[in-house]
Amino acid sequence: MATPQSTVEGAAPRVPLFYDPRVRGIAYQVLVFAGLVALIYWIIGNTTANLQRANIASGFDFLQGRAGFDIGDSLVEYSSDSTYGRALFVGFLNTLRVAIVGIITATIIGFIIGIGRLSKNWLINRICLVYVEVFRNIPPLLVIFFWYFGVLSVLPLPRESIDLPLGSYLNSRGLYFPRFLWGEGAWLVLVGLVLGIVFTFFVRRWAHRRQMATGEQFPVFWTSVALIGGLPLLAFLLTGLPLSFEFPELSTFNLRGGIQVRPEFLALYLALSFYTAAFIAEIVRAGVLGVSHGQSEAAQALGLRSGQSMRLVIIPQALRIIIPPLTSQYLNLTKNSSLAVAIGYPDLVATGGTTLNQTGQAIEVVAIWLVVYLGLSLGTAGLMNWYNARMALVER
Amino acid sequence: MKNIVKALLGSAAIAMMAAPASAATLDDVKAKGHVQCGVNTGLIGFSAPDDQGNWKGLDVDFCRAVAAAIFDDPEAVEFTPLSAKDRFTALQSGEVDVLSRNTTWTISRDTALGLNFAGVTYYDGQGFMINAKKLEGINSALQLSGAAVCVQAGTTTELNLADYFKANNMEYSPVVFEKFEEVNAAYDAGRCDVYTTDQSGLYAVRLNLTNPDDHIVLPEIISKEPLGPAVRHGDDQWFDIVKWVYYALVNAEELGISQANLEEKMNSDNPEVRRLLGTEEGTKLGTDLGLTNDFAVRAIKHVGNYGEIFERNVGADSPLKISRGINALWTKGGLQYGMPIR
Ligand SMILES: N[C@@H](CCC(=O)N[C@@H](CS)C(=O)NCC(=O)O)C(=O)O
Repeated sequence: MATPQSTVEGAAPRVPLFYDPRVRGIAYQVLVFAGLVALIYWIIGNTTANLQRANIASGFDFLQGRAGFDIGDSLVEYSSDSTYGRALFVGFLNTLRVAIVGIITATIIGFIIGIGRLSKNWLINRICLVYVEVFRNIPPLLVIFFWYFGVLSVLPLPRESIDLPLGSYLNSRGLYFPRFLWGEGAWLVLVGLVLGIVFTFFVRRWAHRRQMATGEQFPVFWTSVALIGGLPLLAFLLTGLPLSFEFPELSTFNLRGGIQVRPEFLALYLALSFYTAAFIAEIVRAGVLGVSHGQSEAAQALGLRSGQSMRLVIIPQALRIIIPPLTSQYLNLTKNSSLAVAIGYPDLVATGGTTLNQTGQAIEVVAIWLVVYLGLSLGTAGLMNWYNARMALVER
Repeated sequence: MKNIVKALLGSAAIAMMAAPASAATLDDVKAKGHVQCGVNTGLIGFSAPDDQGNWKGLDVDFCRAVAAAIFDDPEAVEFTPLSAKDRFTALQSGEVDVLSRNTTWTISRDTALGLNFAGVTYYDGQGFMINAKKLEGINSALQLSGAAVCVQAGTTTELNLADYFKANNMEYSPVVFEKFEEVNAAYDAGRCDVYTTDQSGLYAVRLNLTNPDDHIVLPEIISKEPLGPAVRHGDDQWFDIVKWVYYALVNAEELGISQANLEEKMNSDNPEVRRLLGTEEGTKLGTDLGLTNDFAVRAIKHVGNYGEIFERNVGADSPLKISRGINALWTKGGLQYGMPIR
């Protein structure tokens, strides 16, 4: 603590140290910091004591134990013989999966609706408005329940599955697709695809340079389509069509074979996408409106068609306004994905909760949850900040 | 999110508890004026609120018996409905004093989770239920390979299920929910072919389905599920109280003491009856427990003996109509056995 007797030397008016705002400020901060350290020390000590009393061993050793429970939906190999650590990992991947596809879908829907809100067509405009108002004002949990119990209860049982095109089926157990079974030489198709993408990249660069230098345009889009679509197709034909399908078929209980997308995932994914899209739409609308009107007039004066002016002039500028709030919507979606427990989608919170319940390792499991969600959020924010920096006005 | 918050609060509770809540539960309970009892969120026969919002059931009545033994008042109890997943955290963190919620006694719950089971109020076993209308020709659990199975998270059920299908080389697709109503709704909506839980639970669940008569319980029992009340480690006195209230109720049935004839039995000169009812000269059995010598009288007066509790809630006088089976007294071929009161 500062001593009130000492005084500040120099030209400054002589104030007793005690009344010097800077010194006082520092003193308060030191006090608060010391208090915080004491509190943390007390909490840790108390926790350990209480845990010992409650006979709960601490530490992360339990992650090596046999989980003993099954998980319905897993992206990696998992069975009841796997460890708790593996179960948490499966949950984490499930969280990541729904977050990533949710973010992509929400962004696409959000952009479409957001632009639609600006449409001069009265009907489109109104439909988009209704969409935004409806989804923005319903709690996400209700949207999830709507998709799950509402839609689930009208879907038929496996025996009366709804036939969809291309050997797909829809029933109360989910959506079933045929599975691709690649035969010998199929890797060449993949090579073709990679080559197509690489070539496209170079063609685009070359076309851009040439246009800059000579003003001549090159049909980049169609060349890309030909490269990315054509090369794999060529490889596919040359290797003699190495592809067969495994179609879902009815067995005693469910459809077997093919790929099954479970209704829990579908419901959560659709709900999160539709819900977040409403917010993204508003952000997009605000972003586009935020670009001054002069810009589109200038683009028109340059002879750009309206699609071109949107793509080349308006959107790049609007993105600067859109990206920061968009980031927080992405974070929201990721965090809202933990509502999965409500409908039995095995995300990190669900598998972690079961682990917690069986092992009693509350502190450890909660710590894992916190770290993972924090990591996901910081990661998303970091990525978006990087993108934002790239999009930012380059000052010349 | 809510779950994270709950678990956070749970661990915060463990972090913050100034003094261990477990030190002298009886004193805490007396100071509060009621027993805080963790029950099921709504399992008919075990613990479910009726139309007037009064909690009813075997697990509920057990808590009322404990409250009656302490306060001579079966209403001196408050109920905390707990999901399968939340129940242990609630007991560990001191949110409830007793967990009386169709909870299976297992070694890891005794050790790793730090619980003490006071006895077995209902011997159960896990079974399977299917919709016989939709799945004709299925009459054994061994025909269930490939089925989608609805189950509640955080239960022994979930684990036995995995073991059973693995042991019999069968596949299944687990559909796991955290909340009881969600499992029920999903099964009713046809999300899964099979519902699995303790057999008593299956009968209770069936009552609330859209068409109860369409559903059958398959004959296989795949596990042992001894259900009983639990307290936390570290308070032997409280453990003894809960344990001996249970044994007193069983002993009462063995000795033929019921709510109806209690008055008359108070004058009995059968020494066993006198010890149980605390009418023996200079007895200290009740006071040594930390209660009064007539603690058993109080419990029996308000809720009846074990047999009466059983029949009223899950047996002949209830919609469940479950027979005593292995829950009969040991003298009648069952497993209920009251440790000697002496
Ligand atoms: N006895 C098993 C299962 C107990 C259990 O939770 N059963 C479910 C299905 S009948 C239940 O009672 N759920 C009601 C609730 O969560 O409130 C255990 O202790 O793990």
